[in-house]
Amino acid sequence: MSELLLDVHGLETTFKTSEGVVYAVNGVSFGLKEGETLGVVGESGCGKSVTMLSILGLIPSPPGKIVAGSAKFFDHDLLKMSSAEIRAVRGAQIGMVFQDPMTSLNPVLTVGRQLQEPLMLHLGMTKKQAEDRAAELLAMVGIPNAKDRLSDYPHQFSGGMRQRVMIAMALSCSPQVLIADEPTTALDVTIQAQITDLVKRLRSELGMAMIWITHDLGVVAGLAQRVIVMYGGFIIEEAPVNELYANPSHPYTIGLIGSLPRVDGAEQGRLTAIDGVPPMLFEKPNHCPFAPRCKWVMERCWNENPVLETVAPEHRVACWADVKKEGPH
Amino acid sequence: MVDNHVLLRVDNLVKHFPIVRGIFQKQVGAVRAVDGVSFEVKRGETLGLVGESGCGKSTTGRAILQLYRPTSGNVYFDGTDLTKLKGEDLRKTRRKMQMIFQDPYASLNPRMKVGDIVREPLLIHNVVTEAEANARVAQLLELVRLNPAFAARYPHEFSGGQRQRIGIARALALQPSFIVCDEPISALDVSIQAQVVNLLEELQEQFNLTYLFIAHDLSMVRHISDRVAVMYLGVVVELTTRNELYSNPLHPYAQALLSAVPIPDPVAEATRKRTILVGDVPSPANPPSGCRFRTRCPIAEAICAERRPEFREVKPGHFVACHLVS
Repeated sequence: MSELLLDVHGLETTFKTSEGVVYAVNGVSFGLKEGETLGVVGESGCGKSVTMLSILGLIPSPPGKIVAGSAKFFDHDLLKMSSAEIRAVRGAQIGMVFQDPMTSLNPVLTVGRQLQEPLMLHLGMTKKQAEDRAAELLAMVGIPNAKDRLSDYPHQFSGGMRQRVMIAMALSCSPQVLIADEPTTALDVTIQAQITDLVKRLRSELGMAMIWITHDLGVVAGLAQRVIVMYGGFIIEEAPVNELYANPSHPYTIGLIGSLPRVDGAEQGRLTAIDGVPPMLFEKPNHCPFAPRCKWVMERCWNENPVLETVAPEHRVACWADVKKEGPH
Repeated sequence: MVDNHVLLRVDNLVKHFPIVRGIFQKQVGAVRAVDGVSFEVKRGETLGLVGESGCGKSTTGRAILQLYRPTSGNVYFDGTDLTKLKGEDLRKTRRKMQMIFQDPYASLNPRMKVGDIVREPLLIHNVVTEAEANARVAQLLELVRLNPAFAARYPHEFSGGQRQRIGIARALALQPSFIVCDEPISALDVSIQAQVVNLLEELQEQFNLTYLFIAHDLSMVRHISDRVAVMYLGVVVELTTRNELYSNPLHPYAQALLSAVPIPDPVAEATRKRTILVGDVPSPANPPSGCRFRTRCPIAEAICAERRPEFREVKPGHFVACHLVS
């Protein structure tokens, strides 16, 4: 087993809102191994983005607050760093790509200028060196006439091309880790295929580790080696990708996979929908966060929040019920 | 089960949006959002209409309901040409055809109570008295699995899935026979999507509804549709039964589109072959000559730039617009 590049332990993040405190992340622990791709799956509000933003020191405070936890990256705790220290890590050793390429790029600066900035800042390149490297980076992510396009502004690129620019920027300082937060959600499916294809190629060329956050179980299936499923600010299941899809063991994961139609294979009957709605997180639950929607729920689920327990090699599940033995109620 | 009678026939539908410039608003061009689309929807069936953003699928849906007046072409609903109807006649026909919108946040008036939203179509069309209306609203809310007591609340008090149910209740109020569902689930969370799709299927069985289901999610379209039309840049490139399209797509765009959809199964993902299209969709203000898809098509030949391919039946019930499919 290769060593952990990133080791997150007991992360808790809250937000103060006018309606009360929102418990967004409630004790999340996971590791990222060198060179692996970790998928983080969950619906909106499950805490997947807040977890990553917390690690990167990008939670606006106030209203956000990291209440507890640590995030070890090369023996340093990212959560304890000063803003200057974490700025040196962000963009240099850890690259980031966000969902909406239009709002993540500065509309009044040329793409070339935005690409050169991290190169000059983190790697100390001269303007000329940075310009050459920026053109190389654009070519690497498959943008034609890379050198000429450096003087273009973000609005002159299509959505898919802008996301390529974002990826070029995130990879510009050869990071050890790339964190991608729903990078293909805003894109059409044929463009999504282009981007995931590109990322797969770059991942093997550059040998970096990746965290890919998404709500799309299909994208993760083709990209990740290991998957974390989040619900209500908790990790509720974690497993290698094949194991998770072949053997989902948390009622929520089972429900999610059952609710997805597929373009291949035999025709399914009615979809197995999950009843109810995701929790609002205004209270830190002292019961299982999924209990109100669960088909396996029993008395214990309302009294104690289950912790992750190993059910198979590298497969951990937070559930009191034995979903393999008993059917749903 | 399905009565083969045609409920809706769309004939060479065109919708161009003018591009104007200068103080005299001179027309300098047109966005050819829909450029010659023909298909039929049979009574009681669900026709899926898929394509990527900007392909004209939503414009097609709106032009059918005359929410946009088509530039040319005809739309026959139950034998009546909707493009010829005006004013009161059109309004009366609208009772029979309704729409469910994509964004459950923008499509409900935030200042109206849920009960009033669902009641409004009943009052506009004068189909019930004020006294009967309350009972009918309660019945409609129950139909979409909402508590009738919710009628007194405002839309902001509801989640996205619940709001979409309110929109469905409003669409059902006048007992329509045809509903255009314009991306009804794409704004919802994954676990909520299945709830809404199951509800739509149940309602269809109960009331023998006919759906035009517009979506970009090909997996969901496969699940809900009887037949599927694939659009690209304002034209339908392929139309056939659901099983035929998903097992034997003939148009190169349909093939690439299907191969790009991720499958939630790592074993299947690892072994499948992908056709990755190069480049982006051209602008509908200046579409390519001949076949619209030729600039990205992996098998395009000279003829594709010269002539627009005819939308023809290559097998019984299987229509394709491609020069190179025999």
